[in-house]
This record gives sequence, structure tokens and C-alpha cells, in this order.
Amino acid sequence: MVTAERVWEALAEIPDPEIPVISLVDLGVVRDVAVQDGRVRVEFTPTFLGCPALEVMRDQMAAKVRELGAEPEIRVITDDSWSTDRITPEGREKLRESGFAPPTPRGTGAPQLVQLQRGVFRCPYCGSTETELENIFGPTACRSLRYCKSCRQPFEQFKTI
Amino acid sequence: MSELGQQLLLIADDELVLGWRNSEWTGIAPFLEEDVAFSSIAQNEIGHARALYELAARELGTTADELAFDREPDQYRCSRLVELRLVPDWARTIARHVLYEQADEQRLRELMGSDDSELAGLAAKIDREEAYHRMHAQMWHERLNDERRYVEALEELRPLVDERGEHLPEFAQLWEEMTMVRRSVVGATW
Repeated sequence: MVTAERVWEALAEIPDPEIPVISLVDLGVVRDVAVQDGRVRVEFTPTFLGCPALEVMRDQMAAKVRELGAEPEIRVITDDSWSTDRITPEGREKLRESGFAPPTPRGTGAPQLVQLQRGVFRCPYCGSTETELENIFGPTACRSLRYCKSCRQPFEQFKTI
Repeated sequence: MSELGQQLLLIADDELVLGWRNSEWTGIAPFLEEDVAFSSIAQNEIGHARALYELAARELGTTADELAFDREPDQYRCSRLVELRLVPDWARTIARHVLYEQADEQRLRELMGSDDSELAGLAAKIDREEAYHRMHAQMWHERLNDERRYVEALEELRPLVDERGEHLPEFAQLWEEMTMVRRSVVGATW
């Protein structure tokens, strides 16, 4: 008999397709798991709506549920109830270890350009806050590029949304 | 067609066509950072278009792919601002970017207050992403604000923001390219 707990464990084995050091569960994009009569409904929210990994994630979650012998129903939730604040503490640590600065906490309003241009973002390599914005955009929609003036290392900063 | 369906289509058409135009900078922007930025913005806008078409499709009893790619050119309701092919004119590209983000912000704010909770939620999600487009537009506006070519471009393009209806001549070629896959492979999906 499949339980929600077992499904969560299985989903935690799926790496994010674009940042494989972190699992979909650590990324906080899996919102809810409900099991009823051999059917498993998984609700998830993409980090960014245009994320090209969306289909891959949906297929991988469905495959995991089928491996457990249940019929999957993957629902994509496109509201603003997900924010980068939902990335777990373990997930943040894994990001940092791999050279991605985890997102800063989301304030009450949208982030502002002056905040990005300030040096409060911490370098994941040396921990210095002497960093500057190189590009608001990066290799994927969810990342910005920064440069650490202290250890002279460019790094990727997870955007706060 | 329902009023909500109409409204969603208009916004989705804007986002799709602007996403297409922005992607024309991929590989040929003035420097690498802007190659990355415009490609990323294009990807986001097309993602927004997709989510909006999906919502509209439910309203209209069709699919997002049919709405995005199976309509005739005169059925697209996008603004003339997004139809313009601006490569390789950077000043006008930034002027469009700034004007569009301003107008889009207003529109999203209204949608976020919608009684339809699904639409309000989607608008709020889109707005979180658009915040980064607005920052990028603001950064460029601050850089170019005293450049004559940029100021003139703002004046020239401002009236186009709300101009809809008959398309600009260059829309025909965009439509040809954009719908080519669906026209050559029946049933191809996004």
C-alpha cells in the first residue's frame, strides 16, 4: 500500500534537472502529495513559468509514482504561493557547497535593483559580502551572475522570487 | 468569445510576440551579458504566454497550442509595439523594453486584484518574474537616459503601446516563422 510518506521519499530522489545537486523536494517545488485508492496526486509549482525543465520534472515525478505501483496525477500549480523561501535549509547548504549562492529571504515587496547592486550577497566560496552584480540574468531563469571582489571568483546567485 | 478569454488572449499574444522578438537578439546582442539577458527574458515571456494561453484555452474550450499557433494573422491581438522588428537597433529595443514593462506592470497589478483567484494567482506569479525584467529595463534606462537616440525612440514608440488592430507589415514574416512547425506537422505540441 502506497503512503504519502513513501511518495515524498521517492520524490526526494529526483534531482533538479538544471541544478542536480538539489532534489525537487529540497527545492520546495513539490507542494502536496495526496494518496487515495491507489492514485497519487502530486501538486508542484515551477520556479519560473518558462522553465524548460518543467516537462522533465513532471515526467520524472510520474515515473517515480508508477514505480511505487500507483497511478500518478501531476498537477502544476501556477500561483504565487511558492517562493524561494521554500527551499529547505538542507537544500540551501547543498547549493552553497556547489558554488550557488542560495536566495536571500523574500521581503514584503518585489526585490529592487538597488538591493541587487548592494554588496550584501555572500560569496559561496569565501563567505565575503564584497560582491557585485555582473548580470541580473544567468544560464537559467532562476540565476543571476555576481563577482566576488574578495576571492575574485564569479559565482551564480539564485534569484529571490 | 467570453470577455475574460479575450482579455487573456490579448496579453498572451503580447507576451508571445515580444518573447519572439526578444529572442532575435540571441547570439547577436551588443555584448555577452545582454545575449544572456535577452534570451532569458524571451524565455520568461514565452513561459508567461503559455500559462496565459492555457488559462484562456480552458475558458474557450480549446488548447494552448491551437491558440498560440493555429490562428490566422488577423486574429492575433498583440500591440504594434511588440510587433516591431528592431534588430539591430539597440536604442529602440531598450525603449520598447522600458515602455512594455511599464504597461505590463499596470496590467498585472489589475489582474492581481481579479475576483478570479486562478487568474489573480497566475498574475502574481508572473509579476514576481517580471520584477527582474523591470530591474533590467530600469538599469538600461538609467544608462541611456541622456542619449538623444534613446529619448527619440521613447517618443516614437510610446504611441504604439496601445495600438492594436491592423498589424505592421513585419508581423507577416514573424507569423510565418512562428507557426511554421504547426503548419508543417499537424498536431505538433509545445
